[in-house]
Amino acid sequence: MRTNDVILKTATQLVTFIIIIFSIYVFLAGHHNPGGGFIGGLMTAAAFILLGLAFDIETVKKIIPIDLKIITAIGLLIAVLTGIGAFVFDANFLSHTFGYFQLPLLGKTELATALLFDIGVYLVVIGVTLTIIFTIGEDQ
Amino acid sequence: MSENEITNVIVAILVLAGTFLSLVTTVGLLRLPDIYSRSHAASKSATLGVMLILLAALIFFYQDYGLDARLILGIIFVLITSPVAGHLISRAAYYSGVPLWEQSVQDDLKEVVEEKKRSASNAKQ
Repeated sequence: MRTNDVILKTATQLVTFIIIIFSIYVFLAGHHNPGGGFIGGLMTAAAFILLGLAFDIETVKKIIPIDLKIITAIGLLIAVLTGIGAFVFDANFLSHTFGYFQLPLLGKTELATALLFDIGVYLVVIGVTLTIIFTIGEDQ
Repeated sequence: MSENEITNVIVAILVLAGTFLSLVTTVGLLRLPDIYSRSHAASKSATLGVMLILLAALIFFYQDYGLDARLILGIIFVLITSPVAGHLISRAAYYSGVPLWEQSVQDDLKEVVEEKKRSASNAKQ
């Protein structure tokens, strides 16, 4: 018997946005506050898993049209490329730097190349977590 | 009283109210007879208790750090999710056949569920 779960679906639609926005906040705050790529990626993955629980896995796959393993690969590639990018400026592998820039909305902002490496970590964590959960979930 | 003292008093009242409500939740979980009344206790008073404590933290840190968006988000998040969780737990309990307290007098969902089961078995034939 299929039960009616409108309340769960509606609450999920609201809550998923909060979780994803908060995960992006945590991801960007990682340089000076608790947070970073790992926990941000886990939180984003949790939002998609919640969607998968309330609807089904097919819906989540429609939302993320790329194969999750490719997301993991892209993340690793970005992480390695930020390391290699240091060679261009005649520095050691994985040397990072930062600078202050005047951005239109945010004012004076510190931009660090470590953020690019963190994007790689973020994508790898999302890809791996969702791959694990969905491969377990599909074998019913 | 200075402004600082007034906020401290408000914070103290909110924290005490929040902890009191959490304590009430625990007592309710231990003393109430069946899962439905327990989830009633847990989802309502615990939600309000946690929200009051978070509100106290918000007011307390307002003096030094300004409004903390994470705490506001946390209050809204608890407000949305905790009742939904209570609802889902009691639904799961009902559909897996956990009995009501023997002194309960009304079960409106029973007719609906039986009607659904009947139409499902009719559709199979």
